[in-house]
Amino acid sequence: MRARLHNSIWGVVAWIAGIIFVFPVIWMVLTSFKQENVAATNPPSWFFAPTLAQYTQVFDRNITPFLLNSLMASIFSTILVVLLATPAAYALSLRPVAKWSDSLFFFISTKMMPAVAAFLPVYLLVKHLGMLDNIWTMVILYTSMNLPLAVWMMRSFLLEVPREVLEAGEVDGAGLLTSIRKIILPIVSPGLAATALICFIFAWNEFFLAVNLTATNSGTSPIFLVGFISSEGAFLARLCAAATIVSLPVLIAGWVAQNKLVRGLSMGAVK
Amino acid sequence: MSKKLAAVAAVGLLAFTAACSGAGSTTSGGGDSADNTITALMVGNPQMEDIQKLTADNFTKQTGITVKFTILPENELRDKVTQDVANQGGQYDVATVGAYEVPIWAKNGWLHEVSTQAQADSSYDVNDLIKPMVSSLSGEDGKMYAAPFYGESSFLMYNKELFDAKGLKMPEKPTWAQVADFAAKLDDKGKGVSGICLRGLPGWGELFAPLTTVVNTYGGTWFEKDWTAKVDSPEFKEATNFYVNLLKQHGQPGAPQSGFTECLNTFGQGKAAMWYDATSAAGTLEDPNASKVAGKVGYAYAPVNKTEYSGWLWTWAWAMPKTTKKADAAWKFISWATSKDYEKLVGEKLGWSRVPSGKRTSTYSIPEYKESAKAFADVTLGSIEHADPTNPGVQPRPALGVQFVGIPEFADLGTKVSQEVSAAIAGSNTVDKALADGQKQADDVAKKYK
Repeated sequence: MRARLHNSIWGVVAWIAGIIFVFPVIWMVLTSFKQENVAATNPPSWFFAPTLAQYTQVFDRNITPFLLNSLMASIFSTILVVLLATPAAYALSLRPVAKWSDSLFFFISTKMMPAVAAFLPVYLLVKHLGMLDNIWTMVILYTSMNLPLAVWMMRSFLLEVPREVLEAGEVDGAGLLTSIRKIILPIVSPGLAATALICFIFAWNEFFLAVNLTATNSGTSPIFLVGFISSEGAFLARLCAAATIVSLPVLIAGWVAQNKLVRGLSMGAVK
Repeated sequence: MSKKLAAVAAVGLLAFTAACSGAGSTTSGGGDSADNTITALMVGNPQMEDIQKLTADNFTKQTGITVKFTILPENELRDKVTQDVANQGGQYDVATVGAYEVPIWAKNGWLHEVSTQAQADSSYDVNDLIKPMVSSLSGEDGKMYAAPFYGESSFLMYNKELFDAKGLKMPEKPTWAQVADFAAKLDDKGKGVSGICLRGLPGWGELFAPLTTVVNTYGGTWFEKDWTAKVDSPEFKEATNFYVNLLKQHGQPGAPQSGFTECLNTFGQGKAAMWYDATSAAGTLEDPNASKVAGKVGYAYAPVNKTEYSGWLWTWAWAMPKTTKKADAAWKFISWATSKDYEKLVGEKLGWSRVPSGKRTSTYSIPEYKESAKAFADVTLGSIEHADPTNPGVQPRPALGVQFVGIPEFADLGTKVSQEVSAAIAGSNTVDKALADGQKQADDVAKKYK
């Protein structure tokens, strides 16, 4: 009885926390269906005549190239990250190389410097290579931006693979490829999904590098979004409509990967 | 086995990345390499959105030049153009630049002059441009470095319903003392209506846009002609105290966080009896979809004290960065965007209230425009014509600008002082301390110019 009460209290806490987190998103979606003058009221109005006018305006500005650029930068960089991080993590966990802890630290240390501190050399390099305003520049930068994190994540997932199972496989004559395909991949696939999703989200949301390195050809969705912020005139409802559209791909990706994700995120939790 | 596999994987990856970067580099480089395509960087104001809609079907059809637009907020745009020009990135052929930056960037050699082309083109009618606009966009050599897209001054907007209810009448050219008096009479906290709405948000272009015009008309200035800083002078203090006290006593709630947008919302929702701000607000206020006071707003000249007029002067103008390689195509676009024909096009296609006005005298004699803007057109034109960026107060000035000082350091100076004045509005600082600190900072700036 007490345990049940205990559980339901925690359940309530979880729900409250969940609602607090989701509230801004709900607010954004609601506001996107308002007229500008309704969106500006204080206190905010909960009941209003919904309108699609803001969405029409957002599509008037031609959102498609920005979404395509974002998709391209996020998907390609995520694929590259997974392809590079998994073998690296393998060499740092299941078959540790010499001084593996040093190289692990080196990976994470690249995340300690703020991006802006390294930006000028990056900008000049990109400019001299003639790669300004080029979506492949963003793919490469997002890959290197997400790689350290992915290596760390994949390493912790790979550590979950029981040695005994691997050794048993080897005894039965499984080579590296077979081990990867038949033993390691099935066990870490939730972790792989979680890593890929997080890399996808980070690349999708990245603003600083995108605003500085892209121009008219390769602008990504965050660049499209801030274009609605104006110093003259009301823009809240339109901005919310644009933000809702731009959030959709991430929401869909998260929803598709939901099952794997929950397992993946809790994987490293219990030993 | 494992080494072989690793090697194969590595080679595969290398090939993949090489292919990727190779594929990309064909479309890269500074700006767009196609000759009949230009790139434009602009802020996301409603007038810029309109030009984005109209360009393909009109400008591109007439000239064969495609224009690719990027829209960014003001601060990002400023950073981006600075970065692009300073590093010779050359990513943009045209950009919208504000009145504050045009003379400064012209002096830095970052912008192409446009006078030669404007004067060579008789159909452009450069003499039709309103004089203060031209002088605010001119460099020290007297040449124009950008063409005005639309212009604004500042004026006093008031809610006629609230004024009528109390039997009050707004004069055409009110004084600040009268405005304070009205604010006291109309302040109705019980109904959630404040007497006046004024900007209190820190920022040289936020709080200090209206406040500097108050300082000007109270006889104060940031700097005298010989660059003596005058921030702690009695006139500057009197004006700032007046502004801060007016806001504290009869201003809108949350005044220290209110900028243009917040005031537009407050006044547009009928929650303030008066609002002193940009003339460009009128378009939004008269749009029933965006405001609840459409048709109920009266417009008067910027309130004064010692000067005859005190409205500010601002324009968004089209400029060509020096780094463009397509100056001819860029000028074709600029001249189209700032022409009489473009104003007509906007009026006919999108509605006359959306015409990018405030830059050409002829706009104010188009019958359709006069009809749609009759509530505010005359006061707007009068305010712009009487704003003098070379001599906005009672004493000669060392640099261009009504509501700002046209030097690169002013953005930082104005913003720092505005933070302290904003704190005074919030009650956590005093005007005396804010201005004493401001005087020190202004002294430091002045040293570079003396």
